[in-house]
Amino acid sequence: MPTLPASVSETLDLLGHGNYVADRSLATAIYLSLALKRPLFLEGEAGVGKTEIAKVLSETLGRRLIRLQCYEGLDVASAVYEWNYPAQMIEIRLAETARESRATVEDTIFSDRFLIKRPLLQALEPELGGAAVLLIDELDRTDEPFEAYLLELLSDFQITIPELGTIKAEQPPLVVITSNRTREIHDALKRRCFYFWVDYPNAERELEILRIKAPGAAESLSREVVGFVQKLRAIKDLFKLPGVAETIDWAHALTQLDLLALSPEAINDTLGVLLKYQDDIAKIQGSEAERLLRQVKQELAAAS
Amino acid sequence: MLDDPRPAAENLGPGRLLANIMYFARALRAAGLPIGPGKVLVAIEAIRAAGLESRQDFYWTLHAVFVNRFDQRELFDQAFHIFWRNPELLERMMSLMMPDLRVDAPKGEEMNRRLAEALKAGEGEGKERERETEIEIDARMSFSDRELLQKMDFEKMSLAEMAQAKTAIKHLRLPIHDVPTRRFRPDPRGARADMRASLRAQLRSGGILTLRRRSRRRRPPPLVVLCDISGSMSRYSRVFLHFMHAVTNDRDRVHTFLFGTRLTNVTRFLRGTDVDAALDAVAEAAEDWSGGTRIGRCLAEFNRYWSRRILGQGAVVMLISDGLDRDAGADIGREMERLHKSCRRLIWLNPLLRYEGFAPKSLGVRAILPHVDEFRPVHSLDSLTELVSALSKPGPRRYDAAAAWREAS
Repeated sequence: MPTLPASVSETLDLLGHGNYVADRSLATAIYLSLALKRPLFLEGEAGVGKTEIAKVLSETLGRRLIRLQCYEGLDVASAVYEWNYPAQMIEIRLAETARESRATVEDTIFSDRFLIKRPLLQALEPELGGAAVLLIDELDRTDEPFEAYLLELLSDFQITIPELGTIKAEQPPLVVITSNRTREIHDALKRRCFYFWVDYPNAERELEILRIKAPGAAESLSREVVGFVQKLRAIKDLFKLPGVAETIDWAHALTQLDLLALSPEAINDTLGVLLKYQDDIAKIQGSEAERLLRQVKQELAAAS
Repeated sequence: MLDDPRPAAENLGPGRLLANIMYFARALRAAGLPIGPGKVLVAIEAIRAAGLESRQDFYWTLHAVFVNRFDQRELFDQAFHIFWRNPELLERMMSLMMPDLRVDAPKGEEMNRRLAEALKAGEGEGKERERETEIEIDARMSFSDRELLQKMDFEKMSLAEMAQAKTAIKHLRLPIHDVPTRRFRPDPRGARADMRASLRAQLRSGGILTLRRRSRRRRPPPLVVLCDISGSMSRYSRVFLHFMHAVTNDRDRVHTFLFGTRLTNVTRFLRGTDVDAALDAVAEAAEDWSGGTRIGRCLAEFNRYWSRRILGQGAVVMLISDGLDRDAGADIGREMERLHKSCRRLIWLNPLLRYEGFAPKSLGVRAILPHVDEFRPVHSLDSLTELVSALSKPGPRRYDAAAAWREAS
């Protein structure tokens, strides 16, 4: 079983093994969270690779990944545990015919057998390969009551089920929380975590990511794709800037079209992969795209 | 910590570095970051774990601990570079030498005002240390006072009139029609069976299964108020501020913004304080009282920086403005459309509507009208009361409400 990294550099190597191109700053935050066993709180725009970090950690450390996707109205029944009511009812009927005592019935129907474990409870269970990686994805989508519940869980790593008693994790799981910042998460929760803002990568790093994630794309094409996307991100009045995920998708799409270099027509045809709002597409399509592309080509020619 | 295998961290000791981390944390706290003593302990623990091999690691270690919001990054960055300026600081510290704490304004860029003040406030503390460290501050010239501060004249209204209005507004409740959530509450006449409660009840009673029921919890949607404080609105601003204060403290999830030539978020000032203290704080915070209006630009700013964060859960937006725009309606249409598409309901309150013959002639008004769900006057207590009763009803379908006005324009 791979052991936890013992320094920031080792963490960086670990991420590299998992095909994740990371900054040293991100590696520092991850290392601290692993070493001090505190949750890691990742915030950033959509599509910059926040969720991927948890996946890579679970993969490279050989830990189980438990994912809790948050949504508005997420409650204990779907996040922590639920009793299997139909099975319990059948059990009660059977016990009635067998004339079992009430105490026996109670013990049976509120036992492990009838407990449906949801992600948060699963994360507290002992695992063979070491504590699991618990990914709490898009926490900003839930509401405040759930956040408050999570606060309790993250400080003690224990859950109380009234019928069963308190379940405490022998080894706390490695917790990764992500947020798209559609609303501000309460400070009380963030205070318990190591915070990191995942930013868009710079051109050099993005090219490195493309080489790994879209190996089929021609080098010349990748360079132009990255150059163009970086130019788009510099435009201040786009409503939604393209993330790394979009860059990768775009490179894939252009490769599918057998292109070796960008052309204004190709950009216009595939711009929907990159920009997801009609206003943004209308703004870039046509002459603006052409102008940006010309700039990119000039800069690439000057650099080589 | 004697068995700690990392030698670099070992040398930290309880000496200078720890003290300096504490001073650093204090400076950050004074600059507005929410840092308590617990954070300092975590920071020390984190530095022990990460070691002190490079300045970059040191930076990001402290960053991971002290920063917990996107907008604090800038402040932290500046504070870090000012506080830990000397590049040899760390090596010298590791050999337990005295730190050289220097504070001077970075050239070519403006030091954050809060930070400058915070560091200045820390000046006295330096003397407590065993050896005096020299602190030089010259941040006077770097404040960004580009905009002419126009403090609002709050004393314009007659006292009696104000007192009357104030009491009325204080008791105003804004019962925006509740929306169903995805959470449930026990309800004997609910539409769904609550199996968890039923089984638990059965165990208590022994044998007889009485079905417990539940229904959806309802809760008011978030409310966002955008209030115009430009010159043409100045006669109403004070009353509206009272109104906003009442609304903000009436329930949770209310966000209030003021705009004139630029957008100011005043939610924090209005919340939980006495109304007069709150209004003073607001007057201090907004720097464009009674100036011109750039509705389009302010809305664009709102859409870009705030809409995705606070219009998330089906918010109702209240726009208080007369629609008179200095830029003659430029960009308003586009930004209003974006705003309208991002919220549950968009209500426009316009004090000019009190005039009998009001016709939507100005360019700003005509640009806004196609994108509002409701268009109401707001100039007197009566109209505020009417507003309250209108908001407590489910409201007509989108677009229907302001249809008459649209046709007139």
